[in-house]
Amino acid sequence: MTARPTSLTLGDRLRGGFHLAACAAVFVFLIAPMLVVVPLSFNAEPFFTFTEGMLSLDPDAYSLRWYRNVIQDGEWRHALANSLLIGLAATALATALGVLAALGLTSSSMPCRTLVTGLLISPMVTPIIISAAGMFFFYSSLGLGQTHVSLILAHAVLGTPFVVISVTATLAGFDRNLARAAASLGAGPWVVFRRIQLPLIAPGVISGALFAFAVSFDEVVTVLFLGGLAQRTVPRQMWTGVREQISPEILAVATFLVGFALLLLGAVEWLRRRGGGPAQGNT
Amino acid sequence: MADTDVELHVEFRGVSKSYDGQTLVVRDLDLDVRKGELFTLLGPSGSGKTTSLMMLAGFEAPTAGDILIDGSSVRETPPRKRGIGVVFQNYALFPHMTVGRNLSFPLEIRGVSEERQAEKVRRALEVVRLEGLQNRRPDELSGGQQQRVAIARALVSEPRLVLMDEPLGALDRRLREEMQLEIRRIQHDLGVTVVYVTHDQQEAMAMSSRVAVFHRGRIQQVADPETLYEEPEREFVARFIGDNNILRGQVTAVSGGTCVAETPGGPVKAVPVRPFRPGEPTALAIRPERVVLSSRRGLANEFEARIEEVLFIGDHLRMRLDLCGNRNFIVKIPNTVGHGAVLKGDRVRLGWAQMDCRALPDERAAV
Repeated sequence: MTARPTSLTLGDRLRGGFHLAACAAVFVFLIAPMLVVVPLSFNAEPFFTFTEGMLSLDPDAYSLRWYRNVIQDGEWRHALANSLLIGLAATALATALGVLAALGLTSSSMPCRTLVTGLLISPMVTPIIISAAGMFFFYSSLGLGQTHVSLILAHAVLGTPFVVISVTATLAGFDRNLARAAASLGAGPWVVFRRIQLPLIAPGVISGALFAFAVSFDEVVTVLFLGGLAQRTVPRQMWTGVREQISPEILAVATFLVGFALLLLGAVEWLRRRGGGPAQGNT
Repeated sequence: MADTDVELHVEFRGVSKSYDGQTLVVRDLDLDVRKGELFTLLGPSGSGKTTSLMMLAGFEAPTAGDILIDGSSVRETPPRKRGIGVVFQNYALFPHMTVGRNLSFPLEIRGVSEERQAEKVRRALEVVRLEGLQNRRPDELSGGQQQRVAIARALVSEPRLVLMDEPLGALDRRLREEMQLEIRRIQHDLGVTVVYVTHDQQEAMAMSSRVAVFHRGRIQQVADPETLYEEPEREFVARFIGDNNILRGQVTAVSGGTCVAETPGGPVKAVPVRPFRPGEPTALAIRPERVVLSSRRGLANEFEARIEEVLFIGDHLRMRLDLCGNRNFIVKIPNTVGHGAVLKGDRVRLGWAQMDCRALPDERAAV
């Protein structure tokens, strides 16, 4: 951010004011649809609109009944369990593969670096419907249709690019001499990785993993294609909810998801700031 | 094989290195490092000295040739098995470990018991005079202290061979000079062989048992510092080590250990570093402090010239003259009693002895 100049002309002030207003408008446009869900989820009535009571801030118009319903509902719990299982497994897989890929991509002897990076990142830019359709046919022919395994693999594919990108960025600031020093002190490749590299790139690995988890946790398209009733995840359950039984329970879940996403973002940001310290050479 | 009593520690045999398959960073390098000496690879940046050191450490593989340590090839030996301590230019201390953990790292890997580790770490810190800093983290130390920790870490598992890549480059001058003596002392006390890389010729002169001067991937000369200064064999060495006045000319007569070269200012008598044929171009090197301003007779080479400029340096005066085709002919005279006699614009008589003038092959045309 640049320092504010001491004297501003009228033109500068107008420009600045306009700039601020434009930013605010974009912000409202992006965020408001998400935030409006939050108060509605506390609606005492089974509606998706603000009741008169809510608008007059009558406490009786608000309630936690939809949250209670969600927690007590077996289907939602089943969906959450599925989301966590698939998310954690896919994250573990994506993190392991992504870190390995990033290590390879940053090695000086890597041939066709740009091409390979492009291929690894491609799940991020390929339309998800195409990936999902492709995986549907592929996994079906392997006999993996409608299994947790197929969803875990699919989500790992979608999450890996995030790990690759964030770890590659951290490795770019990694001093190669540290690895050389460790090797000259008698450390084999595994020890160098485990004791020197991994602790120093940990912030990048963790933030990549958090993104990978968030991708899996929010994902609905591949679940629609690859998952059966037994693989219903939270977003999939919401999808059903919207289509079949319009209930503010969905708003309660949505609020929970927004809060969870904010938590993840906060964690990533905290890691990013902390990462500046130990990962030497980032400056 | 003349010196059978000298034990060789490191040998480079016809080593070449290319990163892109075309340009050679190191060309056909032959080098012997003796046990227990402080051997310096000196040269400007890009001359191949650091690449040579990295090949010795095992971080880079030679494109051609072989490197021997204690007489056996290390071509197939990975860095971790070479038993070499390495000190890096940026220290390469592990930032997430304390000083103590940095030092015990190599010991831990080798399975040294915890008590022995603590003892060795304590001793290594004693050697570099950093007792009691075990629990600090590297970023809490000054540059000089980090440097000492890096040296201690390279020494802690008691290697017989230690490589140092411009270890003092990041320090200020005072600290650098202090650390030069310190490294010399440690090397001497422990009796280890040190291969040292620097681009600083004064540092190389002050510290080394022997120096190899690198230029464009080739060794120009290997000698002890005094020989390098007094008897350069290449024009590059003459220009790189200390100051030298270079006069260009053509050899006209050769007899025994002397020769005469014709310069734009007249004939100059010199000592040829190799047999010249009459007509060959030569670069004559004369040290600025060997030029005498006087009416004294009997110098082999005497000229008269106008003083273009006088600089007061402190301990000496530096005069610039236009002499024998060199418009930047420098003469240094010590700041002693009675020096004040020289002024800009004066015409002076000056001269130098034949043995202070070396006739070197002219390298202007050489690649």
